[in-house]
Amino acid sequence: MEKRVLVIEDEPNISEALRFILTRNGWAVDVSADGLGALARLRADPPDLLILDLMLPDVSGFDILKALRAEDQTRALPVLMLTAKGQMADRAEAERLGATRFMTKPFANSEVVEAVRELAGSSGAP
Amino acid sequence: MYRSQLTGTRIRARRNMRGMRQADLARSVGVSPSFLNLIEHNRRKVSPALLEAIAEALAIPADALTEEADSRLTEGVRAAALRTAADLAEMDRIEEFTGRFPGWAQVLAETQSRVERLERVVEQLSDRMTHDPQLREALHAIISAVTSVQSTAAILNDAEGVDADWQVRFHENILEDSGRLAEGAVALVNYLDAANSEDMGRAAPQEEVEAWLAQRDFHVAELDAGTPVDIERMVVGQVELSASASRSLARDWMRRFAADAHRLPMEPFLDALVEEGPAPDRLAARFDAPFDAVLRRMAMLPPEDPRARTMPQPGLVVCDMSGTLVFRRSIEGFALPRFGGGCPLWPLYQALRQPLQPLRVTMMTAGRMGRRFVGYGYAAPLGSARFDMPAAMQATMLVLPAEPEPEPARPLPVGASCRTCAQAECPARREPSILMAAE
Repeated sequence: MEKRVLVIEDEPNISEALRFILTRNGWAVDVSADGLGALARLRADPPDLLILDLMLPDVSGFDILKALRAEDQTRALPVLMLTAKGQMADRAEAERLGATRFMTKPFANSEVVEAVRELAGSSGAP
Repeated sequence: MYRSQLTGTRIRARRNMRGMRQADLARSVGVSPSFLNLIEHNRRKVSPALLEAIAEALAIPADALTEEADSRLTEGVRAAALRTAADLAEMDRIEEFTGRFPGWAQVLAETQSRVERLERVVEQLSDRMTHDPQLREALHAIISAVTSVQSTAAILNDAEGVDADWQVRFHENILEDSGRLAEGAVALVNYLDAANSEDMGRAAPQEEVEAWLAQRDFHVAELDAGTPVDIERMVVGQVELSASASRSLARDWMRRFAADAHRLPMEPFLDALVEEGPAPDRLAARFDAPFDAVLRRMAMLPPEDPRARTMPQPGLVVCDMSGTLVFRRSIEGFALPRFGGGCPLWPLYQALRQPLQPLRVTMMTAGRMGRRFVGYGYAAPLGSARFDMPAAMQATMLVLPAEPEPEPARPLPVGASCRTCAQAECPARREPSILMAAE
């Protein structure tokens, strides 16, 4: 069965690139630009990995992370956080709140693929 | 009073600065050299008439020899001393120093003042770099566009795995992102240009609005003309209101002041002020008007009107529920901080705990040169009540110099902000004072 990745990212061209890269490597990718809407979806049907942007228009990525870590069904969900380079305070806060991995933008596609492979396991696709 | 005893020292210093002999000065003002000698050693009081004559002979304004003129200078020197690990044994001799060496004292006070101004700019720049939403937004836009371009370009570089439709789509994305990148770069350059301009000292829209109102002596005559006012026209094209956010803020305040003017027409309000005195509770009762509207109105009087002058120049400060100051009209001797909150003891903040309850508090500013003020505080809901949102509240405080009272109430010691307040053992202190740190 294909491993599923949810991307919460409000920049459509970034999420489109991520979707393309990850799909090409065999993962099933869902994309959401709406943090609060995605949170409901995550609770109902957690994916194998969440790629979470920090700066979202409706809610902070930290808030989503905090909510996930407070609930049993998502407590152990691997979360790869994305944020702008140089925000050391953000990185520290992400770690404190339980992010599994932290990646700064701009990123290399190969780095993302590698991180997803490590966190979600291989795609499961043949 | 110790300072008034130093008039003689100042006379001596000024005479020496002019290179005038004691006997010559004595002769020119019609007293004996021995009497002038006693005056100069602060062993005789000097009459106002003689002080005038001496000042004239020294070609300086009379108030240069009085404590009034020295108090600001003395405070400046004291502030300079407190910032450094100055020998505290000499702190008690600051008035003497200021009196004997007014020129040097002036240099020291001005240097101190300049240091404070520069510190404010550094603080503001630092604050901008770390918290400024505009900068964060500009950088976020640029980094997002760069991320997208880099990731998409890398995909296209490996074109074998990308079919023709996707290639077209990714090319379009790159075009779109490069446009966003250009916009972001322009926004960032504009931002940095603004930061480098001389106007840096007046960064926030709120400060621009305050500066605009200060230019008008905090009286918007158009609103009191009794005819409909086009607020948009008043705001557009004003040099002081350079940013659209400033104009928007100015519009909001103008609407509020216009509503106050409608409720409390200036002519009868000024007449009532003369009859009732500066008593906002009586004025509110007389006009059946909200207390905060009266406080705002009292702070927006026509400065030339003799009826307005029956009241000392007021200060006005408004804060929201977070304690953030959203409006400031300064008053001499009662400093209002440019950044951060004010003194938590102000009735402004106490009013937030007791909405709709007018407060009157006699305050004494901290420090040896403390002055008494009366603060009238009042907090009221902002806007109309809604089920879907918590009530927003604003507190307003009018500040007036305290009139002498036969039996003055014990004043509440207050500061401007903790950072510049020397009040020891204050339960409300939130950070150490730079004044106390030196002690």
